[in-house]
Amino acid sequence: MEKIIEVSDISYNYSDDHPKVLKHVSLTINKGEWVSIIGHNGSGKSTLAKCLNGLIIPQEGSVHVGGFDTRDPEHIWEIRRLVGMVFQNPDNQFVGSTVMDDVAFGMENHGIPREEMVRRLHEVLRLVRMDAFADREPYRLSGGQKQRVAIAGIVALQPLIIILDEATSMLDPEGRREIIQTVRSLNKKLGLTVLSITHDLEEAVHADRILVMNQGQVVKKGTPHEIFKTPELLEKIGLDLPFAVKMNGLLRARGIAVTGTALTEEELVNELWTLHSTM
Amino acid sequence: MFNLVIGQYVPLDSVIHRMDPRSKLISVFMFVVIVFLANNWLTNVLLILFCLGGILTSKISPAFLFRGLRSILIIVLLTFFLNLFFTGGGPLLLHIGWVRIYQNGLIQSIFITNRILVIIVMTTLLTLTTSPMEITDGMETLLNPLKKIKVPVHEFALMMAISLRFIPTLLEETEKIIKAQAARGSDFTSGSLKSRMKAIVPLLVPLFVSAFKRAEDLAMAMEARGYHGDFGRTRLHKLVWKRRDTLLLLTMGLLTVALILARL
Repeated sequence: MEKIIEVSDISYNYSDDHPKVLKHVSLTINKGEWVSIIGHNGSGKSTLAKCLNGLIIPQEGSVHVGGFDTRDPEHIWEIRRLVGMVFQNPDNQFVGSTVMDDVAFGMENHGIPREEMVRRLHEVLRLVRMDAFADREPYRLSGGQKQRVAIAGIVALQPLIIILDEATSMLDPEGRREIIQTVRSLNKKLGLTVLSITHDLEEAVHADRILVMNQGQVVKKGTPHEIFKTPELLEKIGLDLPFAVKMNGLLRARGIAVTGTALTEEELVNELWTLHSTM
Repeated sequence: MFNLVIGQYVPLDSVIHRMDPRSKLISVFMFVVIVFLANNWLTNVLLILFCLGGILTSKISPAFLFRGLRSILIIVLLTFFLNLFFTGGGPLLLHIGWVRIYQNGLIQSIFITNRILVIIVMTTLLTLTTSPMEITDGMETLLNPLKKIKVPVHEFALMMAISLRFIPTLLEETEKIIKAQAARGSDFTSGSLKSRMKAIVPLLVPLFVSAFKRAEDLAMAMEARGYHGDFGRTRLHKLVWKRRDTLLLLTMGLLTVALILARL
């Protein structure tokens, strides 16, 4: 598998009299996978995200993106093109006065020729199903729609990876579903690598791989099944378990022999209705 | 509370809408200057006719336009009466108490009020038929020569575009804060002027705090999307100067000549 991001042993603090927000964090991200970083507020997960596109340069250790070192100021804009980032507040990242202008903003910054820009513009708006809204102003869009526009603006730059930095936390459940579906289809169709930073574990169960962060350190890595095998750790660091995982625990406490592998409601329902089936 | 028409773009399909923002900006600028050529009935009527022509070709409903202008009516009326009361000359028309109205005063105030009105109508017409993005693009291109003497034209244009884009967002936020403060017993609508001014403080403080927060987030998002100033930047919008734009400028020239001739 092709490594696209390699973080080796980084540490960071905002200023000398503050405690370290990141302590010796190392990780790699491979092409095409969907990785979730989970952790509660202040665990350092957003700071880590900002290290990946050079918004923050860690004091110790190094970050390599597609072969470029983020410490090298010569390649910083190329790195930012390769690493697209969707932020938390849909309003505060909408630069253009219409959907079209906003999607074009990133491409304008990177000096993409106009004809190419127009071609990509239509293509990416179709991908996020916002082509009917091209002329809309931001205040006439829902939060989920604004985030989809932000995603389109990033995909238009043909990045290696898209980072969702708590991108769904200010949305209603409907908007949240829209975003996850959109990103999943981009992940499948274009092979776009996704790094989702969240404290919503319902979202994280769909990832290929999960990293758990606490107090500036990666405390656990693994597939969702491995991570949720020991729900006690997640609860201890203050995360709210997915409904299916909680149910597994409660059912077991009542002596019902569920396997505990179901992570979504659907899996749990399927397990329950076949539980006493002998066929 | 917020029913200003100024700065509100009405997307319609008219010749004026399709014109290049540069030709519209130059024309409005010219218009504001040549309005001062009007000094008699004929020239003033000419200006009014020109305005009406503009409104008709823009397809914007006159009722909508004038409804929006109501909020600045006070300023217009104030100018009218100040001129009416304090300009002398000619035969005395009316004398009630300390008020003396002379013929010249009346004519003068009608002319001045007309000037202000046509200027307001024309500039409003510009913003109603041209999207904020087009206006800033047009301004940027027109002011481009100033870059040579190190005037940050691009930065100003971007600042303007972002401010315009955030107006609705901040209005929405203001309304939210008003409701939140009202729910805690804050009263914005009654009491003396002084106490009303005081009630605004708990409104402004959270608004400013959140505006700074937004600015910080926006700056971060812009950098993440590769914004690094004007250097090496391409543009989605290309301004195209068409024949109708040359025609508009010619019309403005004709109007200037007509005004000068009618002045004599």
